[in-house]
Amino acid sequence: MLSSLTGVLDSSPEMLALFIGFGLVVGLLFGFFGMGGSFLVTPALLMLGYPASVAVGSGMAFVFGTAVIATLKHHDLGQVDYKLGAIMIAGTTVGIEVGRASVFYLEELGLAGGIISVVYVFLLGGIGLMITREALSGDGDGGGIDHEAAADEDLSDYEIPDIAKRIQQTVRIPPMVTLRGDVRVSVWVITAVAFSTGVLSGFLGVGGGFIRMPAMIYAIGVPTPVAVGTDLFEIVFSGGIGSYLYGQSGGVDLGIVAPLLFGSALGARIGSAATAVVDADDIKVYFGGMLLAGSVAVGIGEIGSYLGNETLELVGLVLVIGSAVVVAAAIVFTTLRSLRATRSRASPAAE
Amino acid sequence: MAGLEIPTWDPQTAMLIGSILLEAVLLYVGYAGLERVVGPRLMKLLVGGARDAQ
Repeated sequence: MLSSLTGVLDSSPEMLALFIGFGLVVGLLFGFFGMGGSFLVTPALLMLGYPASVAVGSGMAFVFGTAVIATLKHHDLGQVDYKLGAIMIAGTTVGIEVGRASVFYLEELGLAGGIISVVYVFLLGGIGLMITREALSGDGDGGGIDHEAAADEDLSDYEIPDIAKRIQQTVRIPPMVTLRGDVRVSVWVITAVAFSTGVLSGFLGVGGGFIRMPAMIYAIGVPTPVAVGTDLFEIVFSGGIGSYLYGQSGGVDLGIVAPLLFGSALGARIGSAATAVVDADDIKVYFGGMLLAGSVAVGIGEIGSYLGNETLELVGLVLVIGSAVVVAAAIVFTTLRSLRATRSRASPAAE
Repeated sequence: MAGLEIPTWDPQTAMLIGSILLEAVLLYVGYAGLERVVGPRLMKLLVGGARDAQ
């Protein structure tokens, strides 16, 4: 514990400022889009030269802290299904342990950093392409999560996707459970979703919300606000256990996690407040672009690392942090512009 | 190290994770208080008044 605390104090002021600033940006993106902040942290730490186990372990501990803060808010809004969360915790925890064991196994072979980076290239690139295409075709659902508005809707009004209905009718292996929104589903479907997203979390050090949320909606049939709240609640436990396991192996660096969390808690408040002012569809295309840039950045960084070219590694790092900063700045700028426009429209009316 | 592990009790790691949990709760409460105190003044400075912006 003391060595962990001195780890924070030992960090140089430049690194502290970098982590707080990066945390602020990541928190802003997370607060606004409801996802997407955490999976920039691990690649950035890898590019900063941290060992894979420290990059993934500290990334996971950061996700754990962020999930605690977000869950406190969603609990207040009544958007957490504790029964679903409790069932998912078991599956996700086993999945995380399988993912974590894979990281250490690959690290022993000297392949962990390379393989994790390659998985990130495909993951960020794939999701980035999907979001950009959706934003350009204009059939997105807003992307940003207006938590207060979602809380006002009746959960039974949400339409269950066809694929979820089909799964509920086909897979009827007991025990069956009834979830919020009158959803009745087999425990085994929930466990399978939890395990597969847990493996991804443990391997990449991410919360897994960008996979688990759609999986909860399309495979289990949970209403969107409950999927968001329950996902975060579940990450508190799975992220906590994952961080504990990585921490036991020396993979959690408080000198990284504490300043990141300090910045992200503030950023998440700003991002969450901005969803009430700005239509996320206006910014979603930048978000997709940011993920694509992140994918290219990790690729460039990895090539630089393979060739021993420090310039390429630096270009990769600047690109991954720079693209996140640009999207965060776009959110703040658009929010302030909308607020000023609203004010200038209201002023003549008042006169 | 590379195999699957059952978590065992380790006070040092528990305190490490506990300190992250404590920091998260303190930040949630602290920033909420800060928002109440500084928020309206900051909005006034940035856009000329929170009430107009609603």
